[in-house]
Amino acid sequence: MDKPLDLLQGTLDMLILKAVSLGPLHGYGVLLRIQQISKDRLEIQQGSLYPALYRLEHQGWITSEWGESENNRKAKYYRLTVAGKRRLQAETEKWNRMADVIAGILHTTPEEV
Amino acid sequence: MTLGSRFRSWLQATLRRSCMESEMSEELHFHVEAYAQDLIRQGGVSREEAMRRAKAEFGGAERVKEECREARGVTFLESLAQDIRYGLRVLRKSPGFAAVAILTLALGIGANTALFSVVNGVLLNPLPYPHPDQVVIVSDTSSALPETWISYPDFLDWVRDNHSFSSLAAYESEVSFNLLGQGEAERVSVTEVSSNFFPALGVTPVLGRNLSPVEDQLNAPPAAILSGGFWKTKFGGSPDILGKTINLDGTDYTVVGVLPDNFFFCCENISYRISDVFVPIGADKNPWMRDRKFHPGIYAIGRLKPDVTLAQARGDMEGIARGLAAAYPDADKDQGIRVTPLKQVMVRDIRPFLLVLLAAVGFVLLIACVNVANLLLARSTGRVREFAIRAALGASQRRVIRQLLTESVLLAMAGGALGLLLASWGTRAALSMLPSTLPRAGDVRLDLRVLLFTLAISLVAGILFGLAPALKTSQPDLHETLKGGGRGASGARYRTQGIFVVVEMALTVVPLIGAGLTIRTLVGLWSVSPGFDPHNVLNFNVGFPPSVAGGSPAQIRASFLQLTDKIAAVPGVESVSLMNAAMPMGDRYDLDFWIEGQPKPATDSNKPLTLWYLVGPDYLKVMKIPLLRGRFLTARDDANSRGVCVIDEDFARQFFGNQDPIGKRLDFDLVYKQLEIVGVVGHVKQFGLDETAHSLARAQLYAPALQLPDNLTSSWVSLTGYVVRTQGSPDAFAGSFRDAIRGYDSKAVMFHAQTMDSIVAHSLASRRFAMILLAVFAALALVLASIGIYGVVSYIAGQRMHEIGIRIALGAQRSDVLKMVLGQGARLGVIGVVIGLAAAAGLTRLMSKILYGVSAADPLTFACVAIVLTIVALAACYVPARRAMRVDPMLALREE
Repeated sequence: MDKPLDLLQGTLDMLILKAVSLGPLHGYGVLLRIQQISKDRLEIQQGSLYPALYRLEHQGWITSEWGESENNRKAKYYRLTVAGKRRLQAETEKWNRMADVIAGILHTTPEEV
Repeated sequence: MTLGSRFRSWLQATLRRSCMESEMSEELHFHVEAYAQDLIRQGGVSREEAMRRAKAEFGGAERVKEECREARGVTFLESLAQDIRYGLRVLRKSPGFAAVAILTLALGIGANTALFSVVNGVLLNPLPYPHPDQVVIVSDTSSALPETWISYPDFLDWVRDNHSFSSLAAYESEVSFNLLGQGEAERVSVTEVSSNFFPALGVTPVLGRNLSPVEDQLNAPPAAILSGGFWKTKFGGSPDILGKTINLDGTDYTVVGVLPDNFFFCCENISYRISDVFVPIGADKNPWMRDRKFHPGIYAIGRLKPDVTLAQARGDMEGIARGLAAAYPDADKDQGIRVTPLKQVMVRDIRPFLLVLLAAVGFVLLIACVNVANLLLARSTGRVREFAIRAALGASQRRVIRQLLTESVLLAMAGGALGLLLASWGTRAALSMLPSTLPRAGDVRLDLRVLLFTLAISLVAGILFGLAPALKTSQPDLHETLKGGGRGASGARYRTQGIFVVVEMALTVVPLIGAGLTIRTLVGLWSVSPGFDPHNVLNFNVGFPPSVAGGSPAQIRASFLQLTDKIAAVPGVESVSLMNAAMPMGDRYDLDFWIEGQPKPATDSNKPLTLWYLVGPDYLKVMKIPLLRGRFLTARDDANSRGVCVIDEDFARQFFGNQDPIGKRLDFDLVYKQLEIVGVVGHVKQFGLDETAHSLARAQLYAPALQLPDNLTSSWVSLTGYVVRTQGSPDAFAGSFRDAIRGYDSKAVMFHAQTMDSIVAHSLASRRFAMILLAVFAALALVLASIGIYGVVSYIAGQRMHEIGIRIALGAQRSDVLKMVLGQGARLGVIGVVIGLAAAAGLTRLMSKILYGVSAADPLTFACVAIVLTIVALAACYVPARRAMRVDPMLALREE
């Protein structure tokens, strides 16, 4: 297994939105979900997760409510809002465009210049 | 992100802070626990080891929490609390600065609050009736008199024909009757009203009932309603009064109701006090009530139907006026009907004064703000290092501005609180100076609206004076400041303070000129002759007992003369005269006439109008009005001789030009048939000292009181008055006159005694009030501004001490230094004065309504204010300039 990659600046919010778009999750669940989808190839600072969650909730893109965890403990679950869904779409599109551009640049050979 | 969600989250955060704190802890704790569980499951480590590792990987929980708090926006309130705590600490550390700033602001805010509470009570508060906006005054209007009395038959037609009013009620100017049979005879004030008058206002008696329509008719059984105050003082508030009778001038009136204590209705056209008794107007037996040509002091109030607008009502009444003009061309041609909101009528006279004062007091607050801004700016120089360090440690500019604004708002709030205290005291002082005729003076108090106003102006003031210094302070040149040890004040800072001085001077010019103009107006008015000599003259009315009033006209006339003799016999009386109908600066009575030999004008409103005085032969002696031609009325002009009259010079000029009016005759429709002019006297300023050439009804006519026709002599007994010239102050005589009148008849009553001097003074009361307050505000502005300019100049000079020291060391003359500092201050002052003069030239035009005999751009006032202010500015600069001159160069240099 490769050494996990550090998260690119500004991408954590997008990943959280994506993670909770697949179903309501508590904070620890968000962490696990991202690690699971990325097959442990991304390293997320656990502490940085919560300020991001609070920020996203403050901005109205996710909401939270208290529920029961798998092992019957009280946990706070986050869910995507309608505004959050739109936001996620916009972020995804932007990311894809950006990735294309960057990839295009990086693939450039001397002949193409 | 939507504003709504941001606000919700902020609100939630604020309301449920402790709740969210525990939730946050719980959430983070859950995370660590769950992670630890996973570690135990995966690696089989002990629970303690797992928890330790989980906590370590999670990182500093407190730091995470802090970041979370910041992310969800609770920080605003928390940091506000922090700012406030810090601000208080800073202010406590410099109590001198804080005290000066707070006191300055308290003066500005207090003056504003006091005046606003007057404006609020008089102009803004709704009248104390249900749906007060529906209540209007309905009056006649013609080209000669924009608002005048109505005739009772016309009023009845209005009631019948209108479609706009849910009720329309008449009321007549206050009269007075002798109250008999309740101990010593006394005079009570009475207003005649329609039976629906109180229902129209929405007033219900606290006891008994309203007047009924049946009582509001000729020959109905006399009924009366008492005011709450009269009921309490005269009848001890006893409920037994209902059904009892009170005797007014010999007629028994059954009391049917008592009004609430707080009943309020006053208008310039009726009275500023509440009458004691209200009786039905329809039962009035006087013949003029049936005559469409008579307009006997009656006005109407109407309550608009809920769906009718003022404009619709006006249209409706115009239609009625046209109908009446067509039906009764003799009486009603060219006569319109005017509909005016009641409140507008009540506050018409005082409104312009209050608005001018409010503007002046606003200037005072602005000056106070500039002063405090100056103080803050000067102080911020000392704090430049503090803020540079904060900036270096990462405080954003916004954050620093917020901190500084918090401090200035704190100052403003403290100033506002102190100002409120000053205002509650100042309002009482202002009210005691107010003209007694101020409508609604009882409504002036510190209510919620006033408190909100104070809060609002304090906040605005805080931001206003805090912003400029905050902006200036928050962007110091970090590098320079930290390196230079904080002394490096730049030229730009002086520039800001220079601008402050200019603004302050300009702001001071305006209220000073305002005050100057009102003072000039009043001084001018005091030197205006009223056309008579008011000194040592007493005026009073006499209520004759029914035995006299009910007698024949001949008996009444005989009583007039007997009483005249009784009064004249009082030692110290120089002369005495009957005085009826119109009175100088008092009631207005007028007559239509036309000159004999000229065709009779087709309609009433085309006939010329003259003021009408009914007097005795000695009237000119009492009032010291000059006789210009012919003779005055004499004792021989009595009921048995030919009708004569004397006119004033304006009458003669207006209607006879260069002809000699003596011997000419005047024809009348009402009251008289014909009177012959026997003399011409000087003009009297009937409408107050500020009567202008444009005042309507300037012509004046004097007729002998004894020649009043028989029918009117009987019905006018209640209006009888006397004027007496005394040797020495007339106040001392009131008692002797009262005794003389009692001696004449124990049931006769003397009332409304007042000196002519006080009547004249009263006509200027609202002007005097405006002048005193404006002068106070202007003085306050001047003091604040001179303190301000002194502060700035000494501050700048202080900052330049070092430079001045070097100059002196290099050989500059001390007088040069004086000139330099003085010149700098003077230049700023003069620029400010010039700008202020320009602004004042534009603004004082708005107060021309309250000026008389002086133009709003009066060059003398402008010049005086400019000179005074420049001198004050120079004086304020002189002290710091002297100090700069004495700088010891060695001391200044050693600092280096």
